[in-house]
Amino acid sequence: MSTHATVGKIVRSQARDVLRSRWILVYTAFFLVLTEGVLRFSGSDAMAILSLATATLMIIPLATLILSTIYVYNAREFTELLLAQPIARGELYAGLYLGLALPTVGGFLVGVAAPFVVRGVPTAGGALATLLAVGAALTFAFTAIAFCIALRAEDRLRGVAVALGVWLLVAVVYDGMVLTAVALLSDYPIERPLLALMFANPVDLGRVLLLLKLDASALMGYTGAVFERFIAGSRGVLLASAALAFWIAVPATIGARLFRRKDF
Amino acid sequence: MIEFDGVTKRFGSRDVLRGVSLRVERGQVLGLIGPNGAGKTTLIKLLLRLSHATGGDIRVNGQSIAGTDSYRASIGYMPQIARFPDNLTGADLFTMLRDLRASNVAMDRGLIDRLQLGDQMDKPLRVLSGGTRQKINALLALQFSPTLLVLDEPTAGLDPLSSATLKDEILARRSEGATVLITSHIMSELEELCDDVAFLLDGVARFVGPIGALRSITSQGSLERAIASLMIREVA
Repeated sequence: MSTHATVGKIVRSQARDVLRSRWILVYTAFFLVLTEGVLRFSGSDAMAILSLATATLMIIPLATLILSTIYVYNAREFTELLLAQPIARGELYAGLYLGLALPTVGGFLVGVAAPFVVRGVPTAGGALATLLAVGAALTFAFTAIAFCIALRAEDRLRGVAVALGVWLLVAVVYDGMVLTAVALLSDYPIERPLLALMFANPVDLGRVLLLLKLDASALMGYTGAVFERFIAGSRGVLLASAALAFWIAVPATIGARLFRRKDF
Repeated sequence: MIEFDGVTKRFGSRDVLRGVSLRVERGQVLGLIGPNGAGKTTLIKLLLRLSHATGGDIRVNGQSIAGTDSYRASIGYMPQIARFPDNLTGADLFTMLRDLRASNVAMDRGLIDRLQLGDQMDKPLRVLSGGTRQKINALLALQFSPTLLVLDEPTAGLDPLSSATLKDEILARRSEGATVLITSHIMSELEELCDDVAFLLDGVARFVGPIGALRSITSQGSLERAIASLMIREVA
């Protein structure tokens, strides 16, 4: 039996379980209500997408990290049952990862896109597409990170605490650190180190991508402003996209390695 | 046939298995006994490659299992804890495992009836009782005509009727030539099922042989007392 076929089978049954669970409904409904609300209260599609972007950059990492970490812990015994079947560990990992990430991405896409679609063609189609792509990329990245955490920490309480810590770091503490660095080192040419710092945070990469597209550099935060000064236009988008892809590939690869070596 | 050859397992600085050598012949039932933490489940997990052995070799039907996955096609495994995805049904699980094994066996209706699972297979697993889930666990282990059965405390949580059904099923598979490795704390059950027992303590097999021999060594009438006497002797 081919590898792809095995992975596909695992993805299908895992996704079936996820799609029937309550949390994925709540997750999708959350984005539906949020998008619908924002569309009603903001003047233009572009403004609505800007508000959505701010929320998405906070919510997706938080929800994906916590929900996925808990899901992986809950699936521990079932994972052992699957490991007892005649299939390779690498295939099982790929199946479990995609079976969790794909429905989560789907929930986000449906929740955000549906209110736009029922209103007809959005005026800011490019920006909406970027928002959806960034949200999907962040979901893949943080699901992979959640797998790494849950595979590394035996104790689930500790795992969830680490997941929460990672979120605080990328979504909250990071901004404070950058601003502090800027304030303390304002006499030095720190633009380039700051640029490097941006690549260290997938949330920041997502933010830069979105705001380059939305042409709202005033709201880009410090690294975003620096980024636009140095690398504007399509080259910047390409570079940030590649970095974001890196943020999916690296944790996913580390997770695969942890999964192959783990003693269940 | 299963062979453990000087198998060791170390978790950090803790030696869980310190050189276990055991042999289970075709058509034989070996009972793994010993106190909690003696390494019974660890030994089973090494056999399934759920964990990786630190040293030694494990062979299934003469072939080393190191680096292979296909040998598990012949194994029916019943884990100690039966926890399944909340939103799938027993029928979903069966279909999934059948797909993964690229098998085309039909669901064994007779076995489902004997385990009284007839009306439970289409309910989400989360609404089922612990005992019913354990029965589904047993069903999945027995479904794919395994020639090797690996059962970790199989009757824990089962009602007496299901427990008896499962034991009958195990004995029937043995008479068909299946090799069985079983752990249990219920001594009457081991006396009923096993040809030999292996007594694990602190990661070493202290005694391997027929139950009768264990009784005569310790000059205790029941297996339960024989084991208690072995444990006390070892501790003293």
